[in-house]
Amino acid sequence: MGMDIKTPAKAGTMESNDIYVIVQPNDEGGIIIELESIVMKQFGKKIKEVILETLEALNIKNIHLSAKDRGALDYTIKARVETAVKRGM
Amino acid sequence: MKNILGREIPEYIEGYGTVKAFKGAFASLREVERKAVKLQSAEPTEKKVLSSIKDAIEKCTIKDGMTVSFHHHLRNGDYVLNMVLEELSKTGIKDIRVAASSIFPVHAPLVEHMKSGMVTGICANYMSGPVAEAISRGELKYPAIMHTHGGRARAIESGDISIDIAFIAAPTCDTYGNINGVEGKSACGTLGYAVPDAMYAEKVVAITDNLIPYPACPIEITQEYIDFVVEVESIGDPNGIVSGTTQITKDPVGLKIAKMTSEVIEASGLLKKGFSFQTGAGGTSLAVADYVKKLMQQKDIKGSFAAGGITGYMVEMFEEGLFESLFDVQCFDLKAVESYRENKRHQNMSASMYGNPHNKGAVVNNLDVMILGATEIDTAFNANVTTGSNGMIMGGSGGHSDTAAGAKLAIVVTQLVKGRLPIVVDDVTTVTTPGETIDVLVTERGIAVNPKRQDLIEKLEKTKLPIMSIEELKQIAEKMTGTPEKIEAEDQLVAVIEYRDGTVIDTVKKI
Amino acid sequence: MERLRRTMLFMPGNNPSMLQNAGILGADSIILDLEDAVSITEKDAARILVRNAIKNVEFYGTEVVVRINPLSSSFGLKDVEEIAKAKPDAIMVPKATEEDIQIVDEMLSSIETQEGFPHGSIKIFPLIETAYGLENIDSIIRTSSRAIGVLLGAEDLTADLGIKRTREGEEIFYARSKVASTCRACKVDAIDTPFADMNDCRGFNKDIHKAKSLGLTGKAAINPRQVDTIHEVFAPAEEEIKYALRVIKAMEEAQREGKGVFSLDGKMVDAPIIARAQNVVKKAKLAGLV
Repeated sequence: MGMDIKTPAKAGTMESNDIYVIVQPNDEGGIIIELESIVMKQFGKKIKEVILETLEALNIKNIHLSAKDRGALDYTIKARVETAVKRGM
Repeated sequence: MKNILGREIPEYIEGYGTVKAFKGAFASLREVERKAVKLQSAEPTEKKVLSSIKDAIEKCTIKDGMTVSFHHHLRNGDYVLNMVLEELSKTGIKDIRVAASSIFPVHAPLVEHMKSGMVTGICANYMSGPVAEAISRGELKYPAIMHTHGGRARAIESGDISIDIAFIAAPTCDTYGNINGVEGKSACGTLGYAVPDAMYAEKVVAITDNLIPYPACPIEITQEYIDFVVEVESIGDPNGIVSGTTQITKDPVGLKIAKMTSEVIEASGLLKKGFSFQTGAGGTSLAVADYVKKLMQQKDIKGSFAAGGITGYMVEMFEEGLFESLFDVQCFDLKAVESYRENKRHQNMSASMYGNPHNKGAVVNNLDVMILGATEIDTAFNANVTTGSNGMIMGGSGGHSDTAAGAKLAIVVTQLVKGRLPIVVDDVTTVTTPGETIDVLVTERGIAVNPKRQDLIEKLEKTKLPIMSIEELKQIAEKMTGTPEKIEAEDQLVAVIEYRDGTVIDTVKKI
Repeated sequence: MERLRRTMLFMPGNNPSMLQNAGILGADSIILDLEDAVSITEKDAARILVRNAIKNVEFYGTEVVVRINPLSSSFGLKDVEEIAKAKPDAIMVPKATEEDIQIVDEMLSSIETQEGFPHGSIKIFPLIETAYGLENIDSIIRTSSRAIGVLLGAEDLTADLGIKRTREGEEIFYARSKVASTCRACKVDAIDTPFADMNDCRGFNKDIHKAKSLGLTGKAAINPRQVDTIHEVFAPAEEEIKYALRVIKAMEEAQREGKGVFSLDGKMVDAPIIARAQNVVKKAKLAGLV
């Protein structure tokens, strides 16, 4: 059984090299990711993969996550997703 | 067909003509011819002052398909291009080409003229803002032609671009067409980019907001080239014309790059009496100048000249006696304008004198060291300053290719990674400047020297600087960012990138 | 491995741009800060970000130290727990007491066992910034064999002493001397408090020279632009290195010739001079000067 987001929460900033992540419960079930990124064309797919991997590692099955990426590297994306999720649990 | 850099280019482009493929930076140096200029000689009693731009347009006899030109010394404060096109649009003229030395965000109204079909062609050496974006989206009928500063002068002199009417923004103009840029409320300093336009256009209109009695000494563009003079309320917004003095970067990464760059210059052996130097106006470039300044002071070196668009920072070095002279094609700030007005050794230069490869020798040929930027650089040292890595036009060569070709040591300085984008890549999105003319790449994580400069590699390997191959730098960057996905460009060509000699070095596709 | 610690550069822990570039700024050590540089609402975010950064960012051999929150706060223990797993070079403990060092030492031991890190691989850097800490530096250092140095924190210390912190720093003369002498006795590094005013170049220079003259071995920096200046002062001077190299050469010659006592430039060279010379050469080598 996966853990779920209980309350909306956010993490990160809009500074360059950071990513701003907002998580909310998803009552419909499943994982929804909305991504905006300044490097969408070059790295959009990769960023979504990293977010998914992070959610998987945290055992999150139902979530609505929206992210505004300002060119964050993977370690930052993972950190911000983890922070937002832990804040929302 | 493919050019020598392996870039796929068409043999013929509609609205451009037959393509001459780039064959190498110095492959085209040979006997050339300048075009003959058709002009209307003036009768002794003729007056030149007209009451409005509208009158000037009527007097010049406009026609569909013609080329009108502008220069960019008023930069993002320029009103002239917009005023003239607005007036032209009332005449119902169509299919015209705008040859502007540069296009800035202030020129956004041009997008509407592209959509209406009045403007179907654009040439520029640099463009940023809404017009560049609209061109990238395919909203201009024919592909834009991107020149270099020297290449534009060459194209005008050779007749590759035939200008029907040149509109010259004149900070000060007298009633018989003599122009200077150092007086008046819109003073912008030298007018170097407008010189070829004045000399080779069929009709030349000076537009001024400071009409004074004859003669407007010190004259920069002289009366024998000017057909008409129009006085307007304002030719530009002073805040956009000359920026405040650009500050040296405080970013520690930029400073580190700058310091390493100054060490490369020192190790190259070029930093000695008679040293000549050019750098852009960006924060990191200025920081390089600052470190070079300290080295020159420490070693008591008196340089020969600094060139380019001149900033207050260069003026300070000049006034301190670190350089004998300044060569100035465009003043970047008020301090530069003032220095140019006051100091005889602050010398103006035309775009042709600055960088034209097909004259009897441009100033870039006398440069020891040139500091350049890049949005991307590939493992063959080809540099892109025209498009972002997403393929969107956001700049252009300006003097990049010209100075790289001329300088003894052309150094690209850049962060290795910006945002998440690796700057060193296998293939740049767009080639602006060929790798054979770039000698060194300095990033905060390492320095790569073009393998053709074995002499420099030997010198730099004796220092403690982190010298590595450009492939290694690429790996370091990609280890941080991951490998970016290839951008899928559409087939439609939106811009042709001309090298300074008029050959096509690359093209830009619609995104 | 023995390291040179002329500079320890503070980097805010919740700023990805700074963390990514921390390793290229030239400092001998970087201190990724979870304490003062991070607001109370972002402690969790910074902790996770710094943990990830240590695991993923290339620091090019720069020593990575993490300043945790005080153990007396609700964040300190969590910081150790999370950060140690990423194996930083050292944990900096603010307002350190013997008890704090004991607790951190034990936590590190158990995490090292759990994660399979060699025992004792994560070091401890006590931050001396209370009157109690200052008077008990010796026992604080001796609490854990992990202690490799001490940072003097003058802002908090002067606050604790109820005295005014000045630019000239007369008020920390005793603290600096005490830290320097005790650290030298314990054979650990003694790092001076940072200088705050980036615009006062002359004051900054004086401050570094002062610290060096009192026997401190390095200085903390709060801005990357301070690093080069500190290195210049703390690096052995060129003449110092030249002399030291000559001493060692003379010593080697004397040994070859079987002489017990020898002289250089007409002066007898004894054991303390040789020790000093060896120390200078070692430092110079670490600084890449020979």
